[in-house]
Amino acid sequence: MALFASQTSASMVRSGISDFWQRLRRSPIGLVGFFMLLVVVVLAVFAPWLAPYDPYAPVRARIDTIYAPPSWEHPMGTDDGGKDVLSSFIYGARVSLIVGFAASLISIFIGGLIGLVAGYYGGWVGNTLMRFTDTFLVIPDLPLIIVMVALLGPSLWNIILAIGILGWTGAARLVRSQVISIKERQFVTRARAIGASNPHIIFRHILPLALPLILANSTLVISLAILNESTLAFLGLGDPTTISWGSMLHFAFGRGAISAGAWWALVMPGLGIVWVVLGWTLFGYMLEELVNPRLRTHHLMPERKRAE
Amino acid sequence: MPLLEVRNLSTDFITPEGVALRAVDNLSFTLERSETLGLVGESGCGKTTAMLSLLRLLPASGRIAQGQVLFDGEDLLALSPAEFRQRRWRDIAMVFQGAMNALNPVRTVGDQVREAIITHLPWERDKLGQRVGELLELVGIPAWRASQYPHQYSGGMRQRAMIAMALACNPQLVVADEPTTALDVMIQAQILDLIDRLRRDLDLAMIIVTHDLGVVAESCQKVLVMYGGRVAEYGTVDEVFTNPQHPYTQRLLRAFPDIDNPQGELVSIPGAPPRLSDLPTGCRFHPRCTMAVERCRTELPELRQVGPNQWSACHLNETIPLLTNVATRLAGR
Amino acid sequence: MERRDYLIRKISWALFTIVFVATLNFFMFRILPGDPARALVRDPRLSKEVQDAIRARFGLDKPLLINTEGNPFDSQFFLYFAALARGDLGTSYNFNRPVADLLRERLVNTVILVLVGQFLAIALGLFLGLLASWRRGTVLDFGTLIFGLFTWSLPTFWLGIILLIVGSSRLGLPVGGMQTAGGRFTGTAYVLDVMRHMALPTFTFTIIMLGEYMLIMRSSLLEVLNEDYILTAKAKGLTDGQILRQHALRNAMLPVVTLVALNLGFTVAGAVQVETVFSWPGLGSAIYEAVTRRDYPMLQGAFLMIAICVVLANLAVELTYAYLDPRIKTA
Repeated sequence: MALFASQTSASMVRSGISDFWQRLRRSPIGLVGFFMLLVVVVLAVFAPWLAPYDPYAPVRARIDTIYAPPSWEHPMGTDDGGKDVLSSFIYGARVSLIVGFAASLISIFIGGLIGLVAGYYGGWVGNTLMRFTDTFLVIPDLPLIIVMVALLGPSLWNIILAIGILGWTGAARLVRSQVISIKERQFVTRARAIGASNPHIIFRHILPLALPLILANSTLVISLAILNESTLAFLGLGDPTTISWGSMLHFAFGRGAISAGAWWALVMPGLGIVWVVLGWTLFGYMLEELVNPRLRTHHLMPERKRAE
Repeated sequence: MPLLEVRNLSTDFITPEGVALRAVDNLSFTLERSETLGLVGESGCGKTTAMLSLLRLLPASGRIAQGQVLFDGEDLLALSPAEFRQRRWRDIAMVFQGAMNALNPVRTVGDQVREAIITHLPWERDKLGQRVGELLELVGIPAWRASQYPHQYSGGMRQRAMIAMALACNPQLVVADEPTTALDVMIQAQILDLIDRLRRDLDLAMIIVTHDLGVVAESCQKVLVMYGGRVAEYGTVDEVFTNPQHPYTQRLLRAFPDIDNPQGELVSIPGAPPRLSDLPTGCRFHPRCTMAVERCRTELPELRQVGPNQWSACHLNETIPLLTNVATRLAGR
Repeated sequence: MERRDYLIRKISWALFTIVFVATLNFFMFRILPGDPARALVRDPRLSKEVQDAIRARFGLDKPLLINTEGNPFDSQFFLYFAALARGDLGTSYNFNRPVADLLRERLVNTVILVLVGQFLAIALGLFLGLLASWRRGTVLDFGTLIFGLFTWSLPTFWLGIILLIVGSSRLGLPVGGMQTAGGRFTGTAYVLDVMRHMALPTFTFTIIMLGEYMLIMRSSLLEVLNEDYILTAKAKGLTDGQILRQHALRNAMLPVVTLVALNLGFTVAGAVQVETVFSWPGLGSAIYEAVTRRDYPMLQGAFLMIAICVVLANLAVELTYAYLDPRIKTA
């Protein structure tokens, strides 16, 4: 019978995936988001081949090469150091994606673990964990991240760690409420009656069902991570050895791009950030509609006309 | 003239792909003043949808495909939404199923009853409180509870509050959708008593939607059995329960315990009601019917008069009146 | 009676959180690498005596948690809390003035900015969210949805930069600060001057926060409009407008209130960025400046002050929620 129960949840996951593809094809918002993300991923992965110059190579800055407006050699102009903005832009995609994903992974992992344990075991364990989560929820995250990175030193790894560790609270709450509702279901009782061990139940039965909702809401975590990274970089706490869109903006803002009228140095990197975050948000919006069908109609919609 | 006459009411649900699924097919019945009709059937047979159609409360995907609902001679379906809105609650009121969520949790019960009154009747402000209290007392709720919130009421009290609210404008017809479901047996009896008393005292016409034949036997004069969105059998309770002519009705009656015959066999109906997207050809009931013949598979049976006040939609009624164990058993009462 | 218990519970919890944050603050700054004393002493060639003297001055020579010799409370930990109780947040490395004084001046500025911005964002957001869910599936719904999703995806500081460019070049609005430098305005002229300076940062702030309120109002209203009691209200013959005002809105507002609480972190993040871009002298820019100048006491103090404000604001919102929802009896 345990085999039957686990087959059910596994097949539910499989049907969930095909259901997902169907929905994606039918949802214009989701498709747009998906496409936007694809573009960024391509940029990031193929950066060395796509970028016309190497943004990490030293460049001798001359008065006429600084903040040069867009031209054929430099489609996005040059920045405060005379470097090609387009190349920096393309390479900048990497940091955003890497930090976004890595930090989110940490957040979801920690949050998911805490949520699973809290939801499944309940009792005072669950309560204490939730109290702990609640306390952290109240503490404002950006100041805390700033403090941590300022004290630890602005390396890429530290940034990922700081953002990741401070992002777990949302995931924890969500996972916990999902786990609670799932564990009341029949097949869990059945599995337990046979004597399945707790970890087995958690991983073979509960996790596959909670996963869709976790994934649907993970897009929020990823978007926030990307925004946080760019903010940190803008405030000067980015990794000085890597180029990110946030750090491009930091230098442009701090080195007189505004007064020089170099709008290209200010607009383009920001657009990159917006593009990525918007892509994730749209994609996540479609995922949310998928798992919450009540968002599609309501009681006060206008009456349909009689059939002709 | 009957108070309510429904003619050939058909309602569809439109799927996201645009396919129209017929949930109610050709429903027709009449209701006199002060008469109670029991609308019976398994879950999904279309009874709730039919009632929602009556009150034009269908969800966004629902559409009334055809038919007339004549209330005191006037077709309600032909009215504009604004005109109909004014008739709501004053002529026909509805008591919803599972009153758990049917009351707004952040407003007091008294407030919501008051709202029902002042939407249609020009009561003076100072008299309102008294009237609300009267209505609550009418259903057995102490008047001081008007200032409480729904979550402070028990399940039975909430149901009774909904009944009080339904009576606020002295309607001529009250539709009660599963008024006793989700309540425990003792409370069920209370609610039924209340409904009976109100019906007699206030001269109400009622339609009680239920899957519980016991309720119908006790409180209704007429009964309409629905299956797969269509009428299976319709007539006075006396005739239909004494001498059911549709196989489905017969099975239903057999599935209910009879206190006069405690040793009698309870036979449930095997199979499940059909899904709207997968309706059987011919008679909707034929896949589960023990007496089905070839014709049942291909041809939809028409509603045929089989008694002075009884109609049944079964091909077998054409040839012989059906006598079954159930019929003889009930006749012996 | 039960409501009073709820109140007491919430208030004690807030106090506990404040103590927790203060403790966290303490440990972060003492334990994480980046020894403040070493940071202060920029020249690594300074002799040991000088370093020790500096350490002693800032109390960094005492044991961390408990003093095992002599008075057990003579440790950095307890001295820290004692100072906090007095309202002493240390002395700024940079300005050589008490941190508390510096921050107090800036707190008011931040509060003004945040309150006005939030208020506008909530009002506009709710209105648009209402429109969107009301006409679900129409162009209006779609349009406001896209707008909401878009503004949510904007990095606050970037929007600030863009608005700064547009605002200063096209509209002649000031590029930063809270008042015109050197201007000695009083009375109405002063207020107007501040308002001119406040226009762009507030506008940035509002747009950023708008999206989320719009989205939450929309989805919350959609959920509410699906509830059975809405159908009951419709059956009773109320007009759509009446149903909306008397049944739907009050219920739909509850998640919005919760969102205000959840958003406090987001609000702070926004404030930090907006203040930095527009050089608005508030707590947010205080953090930024402290980081840039490695002014650790300032950083520590600003963080603590912000955190405490958030905890208190959160408490206020929770109490408001309890007032709105009669179902709250126990936590």
